[in-house]
Amino acid sequence: MVETITDHIKLIVFQLKDKEYAIAVNEVLSIEKVDHITRVPGTSKYVKGVINLRGIVVPIIDLRSRFEIDEAVYTENTRVIIAAINEIQVGLIVDSANDVIDIAGDALEPSPEVIGTEVADYIKAVAKINSRLLILIDLEKVLAASEES
Amino acid sequence: MEMSQYLEVFIEESKEHLQACNQLLLDLEKNPTDLKIVNDIFRSAHTLKGMSATMGYEDLASLTHQMENVLDAIRNQKIIVDTNVLDVVFQSVDDLEAMVESIANGGDGKRDVSNVVTKLKMIEDGESPVQVDQTAATLEELKPSSGASQPNVLYDDYEMTIIMQSKELGYEAYEMTITLREDCLLKAARVFMIFEVLEKNGEIVKAMPSTVQLEEEDFDQSFAVTMITNENIDMIKGQVLKVSEVESVMISTVQNQGSSSSSDSEWDEPQLPDELKTLSGPAISEKDNDAKPVKPQNNKTIRVNIERLDILMNLFEELVIDRGRLAQISQDMDNQELQETVEHMSRISSDLQNIILNMRMVPVETVFNRFPRMVRQLARDLNKKVDLEIIGAETELDRTVIDEIGDPLVHLLRNALDHGIETPEERRLNGKPEAGTVVLKAFHSGNHVFIEIEDDGSGINKDNVLRKAMKKGIINEHEMINLSEQEIYQLIFSSGFSTADRISDVSGRGVGLDVVKSTIESLGGSVSIDSQEGKGSIFSIQLPLTLSIISAMLVEIQSEKYAIPLSSIIETAIVKKADVMHTHNQQVIDFRGKVVPLLYLKDIFEIETSYPEDDNVLSVVIVRKGEKMAGIVVNSFIGQQEIVLKSLGDYLANVFAISGATILGDGQVALILDCNALIK
Repeated sequence: MVETITDHIKLIVFQLKDKEYAIAVNEVLSIEKVDHITRVPGTSKYVKGVINLRGIVVPIIDLRSRFEIDEAVYTENTRVIIAAINEIQVGLIVDSANDVIDIAGDALEPSPEVIGTEVADYIKAVAKINSRLLILIDLEKVLAASEES
Repeated sequence: MEMSQYLEVFIEESKEHLQACNQLLLDLEKNPTDLKIVNDIFRSAHTLKGMSATMGYEDLASLTHQMENVLDAIRNQKIIVDTNVLDVVFQSVDDLEAMVESIANGGDGKRDVSNVVTKLKMIEDGESPVQVDQTAATLEELKPSSGASQPNVLYDDYEMTIIMQSKELGYEAYEMTITLREDCLLKAARVFMIFEVLEKNGEIVKAMPSTVQLEEEDFDQSFAVTMITNENIDMIKGQVLKVSEVESVMISTVQNQGSSSSSDSEWDEPQLPDELKTLSGPAISEKDNDAKPVKPQNNKTIRVNIERLDILMNLFEELVIDRGRLAQISQDMDNQELQETVEHMSRISSDLQNIILNMRMVPVETVFNRFPRMVRQLARDLNKKVDLEIIGAETELDRTVIDEIGDPLVHLLRNALDHGIETPEERRLNGKPEAGTVVLKAFHSGNHVFIEIEDDGSGINKDNVLRKAMKKGIINEHEMINLSEQEIYQLIFSSGFSTADRISDVSGRGVGLDVVKSTIESLGGSVSIDSQEGKGSIFSIQLPLTLSIISAMLVEIQSEKYAIPLSSIIETAIVKKADVMHTHNQQVIDFRGKVVPLLYLKDIFEIETSYPEDDNVLSVVIVRKGEKMAGIVVNSFIGQQEIVLKSLGDYLANVFAISGATILGDGQVALILDCNALIK
């Protein structure tokens, strides 16, 4: 997938537990605070339910739960990243999201074989900027895998 | 091509006109004397001719022209409508349809129509078209009332007797077709005045439509009256024309219907003078049961792109959500004036909502109305006798569904006629009436529209199905053993399956039923089969109502809110826990003499308990799916509300027992229960 990334790309950086993740800005529609979430019974554990986003019903995925990181209580900093891919809109719950950065395309490296353990599937690439390590998530895989379960 | 921008409109309108022609022709077949129908057909044909000539489709225009000539002759009563004439007109409409279809598919709309044109010409010249159809007999039996309909008005024996006797006494019987002016306001009053004139000069034997209908103004511009008189008919005509707002009077003498010669002996019985006395007065002959009022066809319409309707709908949905929010705010504020305004707005917006929704809804009639025609033809082709019964044609469906449902239904109907209904001989051997019955039924139930095609034919032979499925490699021997009845029937929908022992051109090429299934499923519906060998089959199609705003009851279960579509709800009830009975691990209640199973949503949806529940009573919403019922146990009823149906999106497709979501007045999302999934 690295081939497709050119020159400069904009990333939105968010935190999950103690790691920094990133998602391409063109996949993000908006970032929202957590409002009332309506639980949808009979769905995967990481699907927290649906919210009303200005008249549109959007399903919400808890990324911690999706990446099998122990879940946390939502705080003031908790954000919902509204992302869209292939006409599917979802909200991703993250611990916080407060940074947009520009990085050169060649700062991205394919994900190493072993980085954490569980997360590897959803990693598109990693970027190292100075001392920060950003994990670029693969939204398509984050969404797709759920259909099997 | 410079015309290309109009092509779409042309095709759309042509199809509509042809559909109208088809429908009207069928009406005409039932009511051969109704010139109003002929006029309507003529108008459609005329428009079609004009349009196709403008677009440069000469073949189309010339055939329409020929058809128009015949219609014109019928209109001017030069030709009498009978089955043969209608057959040829039907055939030309078929050809026209094929031509329009070819244009729609990018063709040139050319077609060899010389055969039909010749026949039309012959009719126009007053000759009987050469009929090579040996099957004409089948038709005659199919529609006995339409055969041999020489006279303009049909009389029963009694009326005919009177007419004959009067003739013997030197009276003459006339049929008068009186047309009122289009702008006539007090039609009943004019009718009364006309009747008065007529009764001064003679006796009225029959009126079509019946006098009752005439008095109720249940007719269009014209009606027919049969009267017996010895006065000069021209004088009477002049008098009638003097009545205000009478546009025209057409007069013809009544011919002997001849067919009733068998009842010759009875003719002597009723003595004329007495009979005429009892018959006079306005309440004459209400026994003409065949005088169906013709529905007015001249609705004014405009064409709107369905996309614009979608946008309108979306905007309105936003409005509905805000309306809910406003209602809540006004309740909290407790301000009289605000509340009144909000209430008024609610009323207006619900009217608006009805209108917008109705704009998208089309009665299934628009699909169904081509079926009588098709079945008639098919039955003739197959040498079978079939009565098609249509129930619930007024059932409305969203336009998008209507557009898609036609082809699958055609297929299922063909299937029913070809494979379901047996030949008349077979039927007789099996002790069934010779004519098979196919019932096409549409109805609403819950969130869905059901369309059923029921035939009283041979039913489905399960062993045959299994054997065929094995032969075609659709299933193997191991799979075969564990199949339920339903699963066996579903095999019929597998691609490459054909059970017909012989292949006909109607159906049975093994393509189709799988397409039927996939089309219906793509509409979010399902199709099931119920069959009894020797008795017949029912193909049942379940379609979602793609209504985007529905009435629903909001309920609360612990801290979660759900909406139950009002259309599924029978009623709500408070049940004492002590009244709950247990059978086979299932809790049931006795609801108006019926045993209704209880469903605890709390358990089904694994809802967390956040507060203790009332120990003594249960709040139950009784819902139904078709005939079956269930009681859904909730914590409390919030109330009834109009809700906007929103999809959960592709990501959460197929959530069990949830058909969608809605946004409540407080901005929260509530899920909509799918009662059909809950009731097994």
